[in-house]
Amino acid sequence: MPAIRKNNLLAKAIDNSVNFSFVLPAIAIFSIFYIYPFYDIFNLSLHEWNGISSYREFVGLANFKELMVDKIWWKSIWHAGFITIIALTFQNMLAFSLALVCDRQIRLKKFYRTVFFIPPVLSEIVVGLIWQWILYAGTQSGEHIGLLNYVLVKSGLPHLVNNWLSNPKTALTCIALVHCWKGFGWGFIILLAGLQTIDSQLYEAARVDGAGSWKTFRHVTLPMMMPVILVVIILTVLGSMQVFILIISMVGQGLGYHTEVPVTRILSSMMGTGRYGYACAMGVSFGAILITISAAFKYLSNKTKQV
Amino acid sequence: MKRVLSLFLCCFLILSIGCGKKKKDSNTITIWHWMTDRHKTFESLAQKYEEQTGIKVQIDLYAPSDVFTHKIIASAQARVLPDIYGILDKKKVFASFIENGFVADLTEEFKKNDSEWEKAIFPKALDVNRFKEGNIYNIRPGIYGAPLDVTNIQMLYNRKLLEKIGVKTPPVTFEDFINIAESLKRIGISSLVSGWGELWMIECFASNYAFNIMGEKKVMDTFKGEVPYTDPDWIKVFSIFKDLADRGILVEGVVTKPNKFAEQDFALERAAFAFNGSWCVNVYNDMNPDLEYGAMLPPSINPKLPMRIWGGAGSSFVVNQDSTNKDKAIAFLKWITNKEQQSYLAKETKNLPSNRQALSDIPKILSEFARVMDYTTYPSIWEYNEAALVSEKFNRGIQSIIIGEKTPQEVAEEVQAVKQKELEKAKRKRK
Repeated sequence: MPAIRKNNLLAKAIDNSVNFSFVLPAIAIFSIFYIYPFYDIFNLSLHEWNGISSYREFVGLANFKELMVDKIWWKSIWHAGFITIIALTFQNMLAFSLALVCDRQIRLKKFYRTVFFIPPVLSEIVVGLIWQWILYAGTQSGEHIGLLNYVLVKSGLPHLVNNWLSNPKTALTCIALVHCWKGFGWGFIILLAGLQTIDSQLYEAARVDGAGSWKTFRHVTLPMMMPVILVVIILTVLGSMQVFILIISMVGQGLGYHTEVPVTRILSSMMGTGRYGYACAMGVSFGAILITISAAFKYLSNKTKQV
Repeated sequence: MKRVLSLFLCCFLILSIGCGKKKKDSNTITIWHWMTDRHKTFESLAQKYEEQTGIKVQIDLYAPSDVFTHKIIASAQARVLPDIYGILDKKKVFASFIENGFVADLTEEFKKNDSEWEKAIFPKALDVNRFKEGNIYNIRPGIYGAPLDVTNIQMLYNRKLLEKIGVKTPPVTFEDFINIAESLKRIGISSLVSGWGELWMIECFASNYAFNIMGEKKVMDTFKGEVPYTDPDWIKVFSIFKDLADRGILVEGVVTKPNKFAEQDFALERAAFAFNGSWCVNVYNDMNPDLEYGAMLPPSINPKLPMRIWGGAGSSFVVNQDSTNKDKAIAFLKWITNKEQQSYLAKETKNLPSNRQALSDIPKILSEFARVMDYTTYPSIWEYNEAALVSEKFNRGIQSIIIGEKTPQEVAEEVQAVKQKELEKAKRKRK
């Protein structure tokens, strides 16, 4: 009897090992390419390291302590927050409005859908360079070369001519608006897909009950779209907080610290000042901030579902 | 049995991931570089080298330069550097590569046959790759890289635009420059453009004037922490930018302009002066072949001290210390820096050759750059370098002055505060 039991146990162990072996490649790949980088970034954030030397000096939480009082870091977080607020309001409202329009039976619906989705598929560098040319403030032979300033002068509004990207009062807003222009297509597609999943019977029932356009929107469309809207909000927040390519292509390293965002700070710590440990501490803190924001929205989303 | 076999195979596959060592072809040298404009020329030279020696040269381009820098650092960490590569960073980073055994010492090769190789190269270009006795990085003295070309950063002037106000010779003093710039402004021509959206270009311009106003010793004393940035001479340096901005001499939006755009402005005659490096000859030639321009030293403020400009090796290659093809790599570097190849490179890429013997074949505008090589200096040959955090504050502070947000005094105080912190940090470390 014990021999049979032993054989059974052995067979079970082999069976389990074989089964485990099938998921082992996935686990290995996940660990190497996902968990290990996380661990390494956190580990590096506790060290001072120049990125090349084999020696890393352990500094404990010193990098995090320094980060807490780094005014430029917090300023960069605020800048990313500002871009996010503009994106959440302007970009998403634009996306939702256009999705509502395209959800109706209008002419050239397919054409609009295609056109609205062009900016998101363009490279951020290209978008930045195009807008840099539009917002350019230079002149040649007394004429403005930048398209916006040229149009303003020709339309009889020369007092509105501005040095859009080199003026600290307008630079970040310009970047935020270009970011919205570049990004609204994603929200538009997702929201349009959401609108098309709403059962038309609900609209018919509302119409039978005497609801007008506004009431139908408020009591049918909006509640049904809430989960989709929350997804769009989370994606907008994550995308806007991490914007940086657009900034680099529009203003380079310029304008003092007025256009600094967390990712440019991380880059500047790594490549500019060679402080990899500090840059990793920034990355870890920034990641924590983004996770907290996403978790808060997820919590709100669950609450909304319960309501 | 099948299951056991599949288990064995899975384990084998997992364990073998990344274990295989790439077989290295002993007859192929691999070079990594970032120079988009020179890639085709390098490839044709590689082909020529293969025809002459039978050794294949594999040229891999990783551009732009910051992508290349990332690639080199990551490859050094993984110890997979090619036979020949370039280090684009500061001297401190170069020293770190040497310290960690990634760069071969080429001194012996340079000294062979009565220093034949060394003598052929511009000394200023070699200095960038040289570590002197008692250097602050504690690197064994020697030459660790071979310069491919030399470069310097000066001011360029547009002859046609200056002629519009009757000026035939470029300004020599800062006062003359201001007068000319104001005359140009009156007829609607912008004066000075530069890529000050790139921090290093601001640092370069400022350091030219720092050397001119206070001399090298005082600049080095500042880096050592013995002279504060609030010193009147440094305030004078910061004030140059305020003066240029207040008088409307700078092109609109200069602080957010990458150098590529600044080059476009000068090439398309939107500005009469530019602050740019000798590589611009090639760029301007592509953008506007009819551009009539000349090179000049930045106009001096203090006649008692010389104007020093940044220059030296434009791009250099180093040899991987761990390379199995080290000798072949060194032979190739010697070949590419000889007179014939250097003349070809200069002709094709319009860059100043690093080999002095090749200077006779260069275009006129390049010879204007070559003429002032004696005035060049470069951070990597200085006795001391400023801490990166201080430099960042310094450059960003100048941007704040240009946009009218801060005064020179305020910026000087802010830079000094960061400097103080860095000095204290260094003191703590020493303890």
